[in-house]
Amino acid sequence: MSHYETIVRELLYQLADDNFIHSYRGSEWLGLAPHIEEDVAFSSISQDTMGHASIYYQLLEKLLEVPVDEISHNRKPEEFRNAILLEEVNGPGDYLNSPKYDWAFTVVRHLFFNIFKDIRLQSLNQSSYEPLVHAARKIQTEQYYHLMHWKTWFYQLMSSTEEARSRMEQAIYRVWRDFGGVLTLGKYGGEMSDLKLIAPEAQLKEEWLNQIQQLFSEVDFTIKDDPGMEKGNGRNGEHTSDLVDALNVLSEVYISDEEAVGW
Amino acid sequence: MQRVHSNLERKVYQILQQVTDPEMPFISIVELGMVEEVIAEDNYVYVKLLPTFSGCPALDMIKGDVKRKTHDAIESFDHLLKIDVDFSFSPPWTTDRISETGRKKLNKNGITPPPAVHTKGDPWEIDCPYCGSTYVTMENIFGPTACRSILYCNNCKNPFEAMKPVANLNEKVE
Ligand SMILES: [Zn+2]
Repeated sequence: MSHYETIVRELLYQLADDNFIHSYRGSEWLGLAPHIEEDVAFSSISQDTMGHASIYYQLLEKLLEVPVDEISHNRKPEEFRNAILLEEVNGPGDYLNSPKYDWAFTVVRHLFFNIFKDIRLQSLNQSSYEPLVHAARKIQTEQYYHLMHWKTWFYQLMSSTEEARSRMEQAIYRVWRDFGGVLTLGKYGGEMSDLKLIAPEAQLKEEWLNQIQQLFSEVDFTIKDDPGMEKGNGRNGEHTSDLVDALNVLSEVYISDEEAVGW
Repeated sequence: MQRVHSNLERKVYQILQQVTDPEMPFISIVELGMVEEVIAEDNYVYVKLLPTFSGCPALDMIKGDVKRKTHDAIESFDHLLKIDVDFSFSPPWTTDRISETGRKKLNKNGITPPPAVHTKGDPWEIDCPYCGSTYVTMENIFGPTACRSILYCNNCKNPFEAMKPVANLNEKVE
């Protein structure tokens, strides 16, 4: 594998794994969302998002010549490159057992990530790796509806009751403490932008901060510090037990029977 | 879309006319604009399809359906026939690819077709597929499948669906 391909692989893992685990956390809300229409909408968004992960995994399949299911379902947690923030559970309990999920955290995490995802996709439109350009264009056609959805929730809850506002602010502070882990491109970031695969990390971050400041100004909110990376850098393979647990659930069927694919 | 050349290619198009998305069985993948390219030579058929929405769970079924129906129908040509079906994102599928017949079929089945020309971010006008009224309310932009939204007609009091417009955001690339 050439040096260029090695760096492409690293970036594809970030893109695929971000969407994969983010979609999974979203899908855990099925049946638990605040109301029935949200249940339909959120499931649809999570399904699209899993489709986006699948597009990137298929690019990896072609690049690595390894079956796509092996890549998505049979890697060790330390081989995943998603941001730690995206792997965090929705709240205490699990979907089968007294789930006490945090809707404010979900809205903020989804919106902030989707704003970044949009910026990242726009950058990938100019990638030197042509398959990524096509993938990005496809994903952008769907991304538009997702972003609109989470913005609606964000504005409404930020200007709702005192309790809603306070929960949303707590969620923003919490997401802020680890959002640096989403914004980073990891240890190969410099090479990624040198090879023109994606814009430099600093540029992506600046654009994200601009858009977030704009968003905050519309709801009369400010935050001073830069986003942190308290729990570690998932781009470099650092992860929490939340990812380990999620991967055990996600790959349970595949590990027990590799033929059990499709329907 | 590629112009049809040979008899065999025309035959393959006829077969593709019988393949549908299982979640919208009244409209063919040709009418939906999912067929980008057909190449048919002596013993080889290649079909390039454009997925509508990337998370569409029906893609594998559609692929299998194309292979099976093509094989059954063209067996008379040669039993050694090889068929490849590929999904591609280049160009991305957009709703302006839906044919006029396809649009009529959607409307007849209670799904308002997307506007033929649409720019991302523009308001999107939806008429009731039953009575044609523009006095409609969007209930949920995310409907029963990835490509559809749920609406309500305030005139004839019917719930209905509409296909989301999907426009190409970046014309400049090839
Ligand atoms: Zn009506």
